[in-house]
Amino acid sequence: MTSTPTSNSDTIQVSVWRGGAEGGRFQQFEVPQQPSQTILDVVTWIQRQLDASLSYRFACRVGMCGSCAMMVNGVPRWTCRTHVNKVMRDNRLTIEPLRNLPVIKDLACDMSEFFEKWRHAEGHFRGGSTREQTVAALSPNSPQRRVADAATECINCAICYASCDVVSWNPDYLGPAALNRAWSLQNDERDVAGGARLRAVAGDAGCHQCHSMQGCATYCPNELNPTASIAGLKRMVTRAWIDGSLGKDDA
Amino acid sequence: MLETRLYLAQRLSAAIIAPLVMIHLGVMIYAIQGGLDTEEILARTSGSLLWALNYGLFAIAVAIHAAIGLRNILREWLKLRGVLLNLASLLVFAGLLVTGLRAVYAVIVA
Repeated sequence: MTSTPTSNSDTIQVSVWRGGAEGGRFQQFEVPQQPSQTILDVVTWIQRQLDASLSYRFACRVGMCGSCAMMVNGVPRWTCRTHVNKVMRDNRLTIEPLRNLPVIKDLACDMSEFFEKWRHAEGHFRGGSTREQTVAALSPNSPQRRVADAATECINCAICYASCDVVSWNPDYLGPAALNRAWSLQNDERDVAGGARLRAVAGDAGCHQCHSMQGCATYCPNELNPTASIAGLKRMVTRAWIDGSLGKDDA
Repeated sequence: MLETRLYLAQRLSAAIIAPLVMIHLGVMIYAIQGGLDTEEILARTSGSLLWALNYGLFAIAVAIHAAIGLRNILREWLKLRGVLLNLASLLVFAGLLVTGLRAVYAVIVA
């Protein structure tokens, strides 16, 4: 974390968005530059040294929990793993709450709708076996498992959701994270809710709304490709519609 | 599932439009070598079943393809939903279909 500034260090001019759901404004802060300083370090330094009323959200500080994402110079980023010297321009930083989500206060967003959409996309695993049965043996090398694995490492940071223009145009759209999760489960051989999930993602807020602009894939900090996952869902839904299984009950 | 049907219809219509556009462009580049002439164009198209099928199919595919694309824009930019969205899209489809087939009729029959 940050420490007391050294007397001869350069400073960063930081514009931080302050306010709530009703609106707000940018507030200027001057923050000393430190070696290996992250954006989260900058925000924390402001809160601890300059203005204790600044609200933001973080937990793990090592890129695991997905809670510290913010807009940095107009781009969604995980702030704990974003180094200042990689993104700073002319010693200036602009830090805002994530796009496409309601603001609670300052840099903290209300993530409720983001997680609600995971539920609407049937983003939870539904197994078909009981505890009396043996654990399913899955080969990590099977083609289906490889596809599922490629979409698994999501940390729910909502960076893809903030980068998605379709979400900004159509607030009902399920979004890249929920659809990526649905795709991962569709390729999980143990899951038995495939039919219900396909119907959930085939509606007018589902996978067909994606324009493949790839903002999600561009900014995902874990280098996942939700656009490819959504394209997979489109193919899967289309196949299910052609063979008539989209309209039937779960197998 | 309406969205799935529209998704498939837009892609199938695109697959029809693409080769027909190539035929149109190819013939156009070949035909204007001696200058652009109305009589020459009408001499080629009048009474031709082949050109009637080519441009007739093109007009129908374009009406389907463009109406579905505009439906997305109407939803995202004008926030239209439900019956209003579908009616507006149908209106675009009907307008494109009527004007397109009318143009085909003009160069084939008239």
